[in-house]
Amino acid sequence: MPKDPAIKKVLLIGSGPIQIGQAAEFDFSGSQACRALREEGIEVVLVNSNPATIQTDPDMADVIYVEPLETDVIAKIIEKERPDGILSGMGGQTGLNMTAELAEMGALSGVQILGTPLQAIYQGEDREKFRDLMQEIHEPVPKSMIVSSMDLLGEAAELVGFPAIIRPAYTLGGSGGGIAHDMDELVRITELGLGKSRIHQVLIEESVAGWKEIEFEVMRDAADTCITICGMENVDPMGVHTGESVVVAPILTLRDDEFHLLRNAALKIIRALDVQGGCNIQFAYNNGDYRVIEVNPRVSRSSALASKATGYPIARVAAKIAIGLRLDEIQNNVTGTTPASFEPSIDYIVVKVPRWPFDKFKTADRSLTTAMKSTGEVMAIGRSLEEAFVKALHSIDTDIIRHTSLSEIRMILSRPTDERFPCLFDAFRQGMTALEIEELTKISPFFLEKIRNIVLMEEELKQGLTPERIRQAQRYGFSADEIAASAGVQVSELTGLLRDPVYKMVDTCSAEFPAQTPYFYSTYESACEIERSESSKVLILGSGPIRIGQGIEFDYCTVHAVQALREDGIEVHIVNNNPETVSTDFDTSDRLFFEPMNLPDVLHILKKDFYTGVMVQFGGQNSVNLAVPLKKAIDELGLPTRILGTTPDSMDVAEDRDRFSLLLDKLGIPTPPNTSATSEEEAKIKAETIGYPLLVRPSYVLGGRAMEIVHDSDELASYMQEAVRVSRTHPVLIDSFLSDAVELDVDAVCDGTDVLIGGIMEHIEVAGVHSGDSACVIPTQSLSASVLSRVTEYTKKIALGLGVVGLVNIQYAVKDDVVYVLEANPRASRTVPFVSKATGIPLAKLAAKIMMGKQIADLGYSQVAITHVAVKEVLLPFNKLPGVDTVLGPEMKSTGEVMGIDYDFGRAFYKACIAAHNPLPLKGNVFISVTDELKNGIIPVARSFIEAGLVLFGTSGTVDHLAQYDIPVNLLRKVKEGSPNVVDMIRAGQIHLIINNFGDKQSRHDHNRIMRVAVDYSIPYITTLQAAKAASQAIKTIKTEELTIEPLSFYIGSVQAR
Amino acid sequence: MYGAFMKAVLGLEDGTFVKGEGFGVPGERCGELVFSTQMTGYMEALTDPSYHGQILMFTFPQIGNYGVDTDNFQSKRVWAEGCVIREACAKPEHHDTIPHFFEQEGLSGISNVDTRKLTIITREQGTLRACLLAGDDNEEYAIQKARDEPFIEKKNLIPRVSVTGPCHIPGPGKKIAVLDLGIKKNMITSLRKRGADITLYPYHARKDEILEEGPDALFISNGPGDPASVTGTRKTVQDILGEIPIFGICMGNQICGLALGGETEKMKFGHRGANQPVQFRDGTVSITSQNHGFVLVEESLPEGCEMTYVNMNDGTLEGFCDPYLGIYCVQFHPEAHSGPHDTEKSFFDDMFARLS
Repeated sequence: MPKDPAIKKVLLIGSGPIQIGQAAEFDFSGSQACRALREEGIEVVLVNSNPATIQTDPDMADVIYVEPLETDVIAKIIEKERPDGILSGMGGQTGLNMTAELAEMGALSGVQILGTPLQAIYQGEDREKFRDLMQEIHEPVPKSMIVSSMDLLGEAAELVGFPAIIRPAYTLGGSGGGIAHDMDELVRITELGLGKSRIHQVLIEESVAGWKEIEFEVMRDAADTCITICGMENVDPMGVHTGESVVVAPILTLRDDEFHLLRNAALKIIRALDVQGGCNIQFAYNNGDYRVIEVNPRVSRSSALASKATGYPIARVAAKIAIGLRLDEIQNNVTGTTPASFEPSIDYIVVKVPRWPFDKFKTADRSLTTAMKSTGEVMAIGRSLEEAFVKALHSIDTDIIRHTSLSEIRMILSRPTDERFPCLFDAFRQGMTALEIEELTKISPFFLEKIRNIVLMEEELKQGLTPERIRQAQRYGFSADEIAASAGVQVSELTGLLRDPVYKMVDTCSAEFPAQTPYFYSTYESACEIERSESSKVLILGSGPIRIGQGIEFDYCTVHAVQALREDGIEVHIVNNNPETVSTDFDTSDRLFFEPMNLPDVLHILKKDFYTGVMVQFGGQNSVNLAVPLKKAIDELGLPTRILGTTPDSMDVAEDRDRFSLLLDKLGIPTPPNTSATSEEEAKIKAETIGYPLLVRPSYVLGGRAMEIVHDSDELASYMQEAVRVSRTHPVLIDSFLSDAVELDVDAVCDGTDVLIGGIMEHIEVAGVHSGDSACVIPTQSLSASVLSRVTEYTKKIALGLGVVGLVNIQYAVKDDVVYVLEANPRASRTVPFVSKATGIPLAKLAAKIMMGKQIADLGYSQVAITHVAVKEVLLPFNKLPGVDTVLGPEMKSTGEVMGIDYDFGRAFYKACIAAHNPLPLKGNVFISVTDELKNGIIPVARSFIEAGLVLFGTSGTVDHLAQYDIPVNLLRKVKEGSPNVVDMIRAGQIHLIINNFGDKQSRHDHNRIMRVAVDYSIPYITTLQAAKAASQAIKTIKTEELTIEPLSFYIGSVQAR
Repeated sequence: MYGAFMKAVLGLEDGTFVKGEGFGVPGERCGELVFSTQMTGYMEALTDPSYHGQILMFTFPQIGNYGVDTDNFQSKRVWAEGCVIREACAKPEHHDTIPHFFEQEGLSGISNVDTRKLTIITREQGTLRACLLAGDDNEEYAIQKARDEPFIEKKNLIPRVSVTGPCHIPGPGKKIAVLDLGIKKNMITSLRKRGADITLYPYHARKDEILEEGPDALFISNGPGDPASVTGTRKTVQDILGEIPIFGICMGNQICGLALGGETEKMKFGHRGANQPVQFRDGTVSITSQNHGFVLVEESLPEGCEMTYVNMNDGTLEGFCDPYLGIYCVQFHPEAHSGPHDTEKSFFDDMFARLS
């Protein structure tokens, strides 16, 4: 069946900001879909609020809207663009929900829903419809009851028993769900779940905890051809969300007949759903018995994993199916000769391990349940499960604490948390048996034995090194360091005993056909499939798993660097281990290495072929940290490879407080008084000379990990004592903290002689909030021309002074018209994509070209003065992490970002707030309670709200103060004083915006409670005066003016035209 | 940790050899080296009589994860000459391990070798003769033995895997005469599921012997080796053409084609795995289990034959019918085990529909 000729123009909805449960996988899928559709001559209209995506790049779609993913906005876009079809399944649950809502509001007349039909969206997400469908086709589901009010809980508990699982309908990543072991827990979780559900509905379900969890990625075309792309098996049994589980592919512990029992069910289900495209189906399996747990009739994180695990581009194929092509009419691009209508066979084992943000949220509940908490994941490929497990742990970049106490180990094993998987190794190390561990964890003994093999290998190495033991250890993925540590010798003693790995290809077909795709993993075998060639190549280090502080922005920069080099005909390779991203799509680069990114892993690659250069600037701090050791190792090995761009030594100047201060002194650029210290005593003495408050942090970190503001010597002492594990060898940096300053971020590129400033961003949050968490705006809104010209001058001086070749990000604080430099980072920053989208200057591409020797003057871009306004707002994960501290500070907490773009600040800020799920109310009640320092500042804000027709509520201090200025505020009690207070009103749905900050301990306590409830009930909140001012301005503007709904090119085009 | 290490080597006729760890019993096994890309169902494959005369290599690197599940055996014993794997699971979740089972059964295999390298050699050079030595790693000897091994075309394999005399499996439904050329158990299961009253006949059974019982149809099974060498059976089928409907799978498909005057040829390295896409003439695609090294040449089939299925990867014939003579055959394995069940219903339901 050829493609449907009626479909000429397709609207694709992206997934919006990165958040827990919805990460980079939708940029990967969406970008593939855009390319796949355009290959077929389809005009693609894309809407996504996330600027840090490849899919919103100018050449990805024909028309790109960076607008909030709200039905009224999208409805306007549909009216304007008149697409023939809407591709619903490429933007995650957000995309499906939007499609359903658009259909419900009648905005899709004349627009075909492609891929996932409306009915399947409901059947996939509405538990009752799902159950009905399963019953109709005789597929077993867990016993369950739909509950939409609390009175039915007793009946539900009786039916399903305990433990019972609570799953809210229409939420992302199972947010708001949980497992209840008794009636009290059931009440608590259901209450929350009902609030989170878009349709106020939860499912209470029989627990199949402890059963095997198996999932299938299935595809189907219009001719009803169905295939499964990949079966995957969770190491963690049922009870832990698949996104939170360690997962292996292919399925390893099912017999062929068991495998096909489930595969048959999967095919039956996709047929019943009538999906044309891809679908994820999850099963619980126990000794011949199974339950269908969930279907996701769309691409998903699992489908991204399946794509990377097999090489089969699910999203690409799904997009082509959606416009009418049959599977057999689509080519398997991997072999280049066979059709897409086959099932991949793989000859390696894939392991996925999630990456959790608990290093950032020390107080968070770390238990893993049916709701997602992880921000990202790593994937590792090996020829044995042992090797894949070890490589995954090399990739994850988390400090793994080794536990030796048996009681502690038992405690950790008995409850699924992020610590459990690494602790399985400790359990064997401490002599526990597989049977004991199985009893505690319900993990299949098959997996436990594999882990035991790894521990036995460590034990063997302790007996002494033999060539056979070293060979076997390497085959299990052990690094030289691990072999040496197990054997109790120095790494240098292993010289000559270690072999280099070989590289094997991921080809979808277990070598049955020759493959065209250059997608490789390392292993220890005899034959290598990479042939060394003398043409010069460049290796770019990717950014690894999505973490708070190292997000999709760095993948964006990596991909841009690759594109820039390929444009110039340079052969470029990527190494990365994140399966969700565009950078690990097999056709992004000339060769992809799916590998851990520690020094030995990178060196092995560099040794295997002729690399003239390696780029470390784009992957974030982890790859930057490799610069110095990599340089040293390259020199020692005599490799022809150069670290391209800014030299490792210059990077060190920027990171080393003392060297950087010397440079700034020389350049005559002011910096807040600062020092560094390695001990508590030293810190206290030096602190006195600077004066409190102070900003303290370890050197060489990204995302402000373990950064704090300390107000006195006691706080300083406790900070210094606290184990700052993230940086063992580097001193603690101590800076004077400039209260109430305006902070700026500048992204620029430098070629050694010229500097091009991409953009100067003004933070909307106060100084002290991590720049990654602060909303910011281009162009600046409150700074004088003289300040800006000084910022420009300093940026140029610093970039040249540091010897930057490539990207540089500099942060400034402006106080009393003095511009202070806070820090300079000669590498990609997380604001590069935002600046590039806001101004049209492709900074990362320019940087990559400069690093290859081009001059700014030759690249055709210059600094632009834009007439529009772009606001970046962040997404905070508090709604997914019950119990964590919601206060922003120097420690970064956000997971993703959105952009609001319009012709004035108010409208742009308003859009950004909506897009960040923090919509500003245009009517209703505003709660204001601020500390004395803000009481005067808040007056015009309050007045503006009144003028806009909003009703104000507040606590006594604020009410009294504003009354003096004739601003009427209704009184509420403070939380500690009891009812009626703001918490009650939020629960009753009577508060629509909260403005609250805190000073002393009590107000902080109140603030935390208010924020927590606000988060749980999805009420927008503001914690700084700057943001409150911006909000009032935005609300006022929106009352009188319409939002501009125009494609990105409309803004950027006008810039370039000038 | 690894137990007593048994030396082993696999030598190929082109001079390639790989050394690894032997499992099972010491011994010398020769035959064609073939690879299967299936990821599950290793015991189904090893016990499939069609692998007789061949050394079976699995491309999936970890084999034996769920142990030796005798219930799913496709015959009473392992028929593959030997087994080549990257790693044999030492502690499967259930049942016996492959190495232990091989030892009990007097079989030999080699593990800890780079199976992907051997797969690529096979893909590039075509199927090669090989010799597996377990308990010895004299590569020169292994290579020589591989070169001395007769080509599979010269081997008379079917007599070893066929029943020796007629064998009746009673059932309430249609009477099906089965020419057993090395039948997989699941073909019988699929027939019995539909009530068939089955009589298995040896490969050398003649027309009269078969038709004497008044069967409703003849079913020709899978089997090892070169179909062109099975001249006696071809003659029997030729004699029966037009008398009763004939159905065939795999070797059965090839024998029917040959009986009609068609030709078969040896494929470069065959189709072995559980992921082979075949397209039916209505355009729908099914994923099938396959195991064949010879193929019917489409152009050689006489007029009246219609191609029903084609392989999506290489365009080879995967099934044909001759409605006039009542012949319906497929090259792939609808009975599955191992592999997808996608075509089980269509093939066997269609077969029984034609008989009623």
